[in-house]
Amino acid sequence: METFFVYAGVAIFALMCPIVWRIAVGPTAIDRIVAVNVIGTKTTVLLVFIGMIYQRVEMFVDFALTYALLNFIGSLAAARYFDRVNPRKQISDTEAKEQKL
Amino acid sequence: MILNVICIVLVCSGILFFVGGAVGVIRFPDFYTRMHAAGKGDTMSVFLILIGVAIYQLGDFNLANLLVAGKIFFITVFIMWASPTSTHALIKAGFEEGQKVWTRKDEKGDSEK
Repeated sequence: METFFVYAGVAIFALMCPIVWRIAVGPTAIDRIVAVNVIGTKTTVLLVFIGMIYQRVEMFVDFALTYALLNFIGSLAAARYFDRVNPRKQISDTEAKEQKL
Repeated sequence: MILNVICIVLVCSGILFFVGGAVGVIRFPDFYTRMHAAGKGDTMSVFLILIGVAIYQLGDFNLANLLVAGKIFFITVFIMWASPTSTHALIKAGFEEGQKVWTRKDEKGDSEK
């Protein structure tokens, strides 16, 4: 059964490689963030597999949980950052403030 | 033995969903369709793979294995809650940034990129 987990982990890792291509090529920054989010979610699964292979799953499952939390917070922070620095919205915000004044 | 078979079937179908997600992220033409493939395929594949591993973990039943299976199940529930949320936040950020929606007219221009 450990052999099966090794092969499944290798398959997941091999499928991460084309997504790295999307990070390198991706036309906009948001595309890159999406690809990083996918890879982070898959790393959670990979950590659980590593725990199953080394028979220490009770330790690696905590790592996987922490990684999932950090990945979620990281992608939310990136999304909020790109929401805020976008120039069109700032212009419309300043226009709204001027109209109020 | 039957738990092993269930685990193998669930993990293989999860990897199949991940193949779909990866192909979608590579091949789709614009940001929204890529996000669609990434959000759905990713969530479903993580759900299937981790449920399979949790079922395998319950094979020899004792308290420590039950705790580990509960933690894996909690990761599954958390990812099923967090992945659509981050997908929504990223789509909103991209929409506010002014990402263009792909139409059939752009096909010739996009094929060179």
